[in-house]
Amino acid sequence: MSGSDTIDNPDRRNFLGKITTAAGVTGAAAACWPFVSSMNPSTDVLAKATTEVDISSIPPGGEHTVAWQGKPVFIVHRTPEQIKAMESKETTIDPEADDKRVVKPEWLVVVGICTHLGCVPNRDPEGGWLCPCHGSMYDASGRVIRGPAPRNLEVPVYHFESDTKIIIGKKI
Amino acid sequence: MIKKTISWIDERFPLTAFVKHELTGYPTPRNLSYWWNFGFLAGFVLVLQIATGIFLAMHYKADSGLAFDSIQHIMRDVNYGWLLRYLHSTGSSAFFVVIYVHMARTLYYGSYRKPRELLWWTGQLLLLLLMAISFMGYLLPWGQMSYWGAEVITNLFRATPFIGDKVVIWLRGDFSVGDATLTRFFALHFLFPFIILGAVVIHLVALHTVRSSNPSGINLADKDNIPFHPYFTIKDMYGLGVYLIIFFAFVFFFPHFFIEPNNNIPANPMQTPPHIEPEWYFLPFYAILRSVPDLVGGVVAMGLSVMIFAAMPYMDRSNIPGGAHYRPWYRVMFYVFIIDIFVLGYVGSQPVSPDMIILGRAASLVYFGTFLVLPFMSKKEEQWMRARGLPPALKALFEPRAPREHETQGGNSK
Repeated sequence: MSGSDTIDNPDRRNFLGKITTAAGVTGAAAACWPFVSSMNPSTDVLAKATTEVDISSIPPGGEHTVAWQGKPVFIVHRTPEQIKAMESKETTIDPEADDKRVVKPEWLVVVGICTHLGCVPNRDPEGGWLCPCHGSMYDASGRVIRGPAPRNLEVPVYHFESDTKIIIGKKI
Repeated sequence: MIKKTISWIDERFPLTAFVKHELTGYPTPRNLSYWWNFGFLAGFVLVLQIATGIFLAMHYKADSGLAFDSIQHIMRDVNYGWLLRYLHSTGSSAFFVVIYVHMARTLYYGSYRKPRELLWWTGQLLLLLLMAISFMGYLLPWGQMSYWGAEVITNLFRATPFIGDKVVIWLRGDFSVGDATLTRFFALHFLFPFIILGAVVIHLVALHTVRSSNPSGINLADKDNIPFHPYFTIKDMYGLGVYLIIFFAFVFFFPHFFIEPNNNIPANPMQTPPHIEPEWYFLPFYAILRSVPDLVGGVVAMGLSVMIFAAMPYMDRSNIPGGAHYRPWYRVMFYVFIIDIFVLGYVGSQPVSPDMIILGRAASLVYFGTFLVLPFMSKKEEQWMRARGLPPALKALFEPRAPREHETQGGNSK
């Protein structure tokens, strides 16, 4: 504050300036956190994170679609022939063994969203799916057998609560 | 790299020159007290209100069937929703505290006087916008106080000559405050802050033309100005720190201090709460409204009580420079006026009773009386002061400066 232009210890002043700036920037960044966080799913949205499905009424060969976190999930009761066909088949676009995609072979659970651009594929009478948007094809294990989709249909986290009930969104 | 980028910009846009001229090097009177912090604080509160408001709007639902519950959703489900809401609700009160202190400082130190009339009037416009915004925002939680406050205030427009009833229905979009009113208030509550932002720019352009006033009330010579940075950036930051401690004490420990308990009851058009009162910042004006036993008269008196500040540059006819510090009569009037506002605020918060009506009318008369007496008082005060001889402190500031008046006025040129 004095009229003098000289500083006794410029290093000390620079250090204080830098540390004040750092503390201010850190504080401002921390103050941004509640704003950013408020845009994350709220607790009522998180409450929709799991879906409980009674699968006792789905006949062999039948398919049932349920909503999980706002997304369609296909639950297919596969016939022994389909299981056998899928277990012996290999795909090339996104190779994955059938037994890695199921918990119990007769139940296939996949997220019904095409891995290309997010449309919902339609059920193919042969047992797979065909995406209406860009023509991607999936087999009865939800594996992609024709592009442009790059990956197999996603298998959500799920477990069997009992023989006739599954919980999607939670492992055990 | 940074230097190169800045010089690249400077060749195309006067960035460095602008920052130096308007911010870092901006000449500021060296004698500014902490009363001059409140303009900066008002800007800070405005930015915080816009930020919290935008994030609240992401979760709020402007629908009479959903609005009340969406506030509960924000309070309980949204991450930090309680914080955003309490920042916003406390912030609206804080905004008025800051603005009222800012205005009181202007009145005390005579900052409204020539050449700062336009600065004062743009401030008056900002006050009106702020009042409109807070009134419309108060409807959004859709509680009982929200509802009946909006019902009463929109009813004031019945005082419009000839077409009053039609105007009220037009404002509400319904025959009473309803869903249409809520959605339009939300739309306008979202829009107006950005109009305020524009008006603040005009306010600042006016400020940077006439420069800050100062506690002496006299335009200082260039040698008495110091650069804004670092002297006043530091002073503003310190003031901000003090402000934030008080502000967050309310946000974290007394968030309901500014929220009427009745507003936790959903709006019910069939039943008015036994005692309704506006938010504290409207109480003095509300008391004036109630003091006039006539609808039109009350509305006119209330409108006048806000707008009359605009006339200050012309009602204060004294040629004595300096603020209230050097003007004993004006100083007394200032304090009478401030006390009177608190009395009016108290009256506005009380249920109507014969005593309160008398007190309210007396206080209203004093309110307008101070303004009406001012032109005569200020002239007489000048004569009285000149007859007695100007105080030495004022002489030292005023008299040697007088011949150089034109020079300091044109001080922009350096």
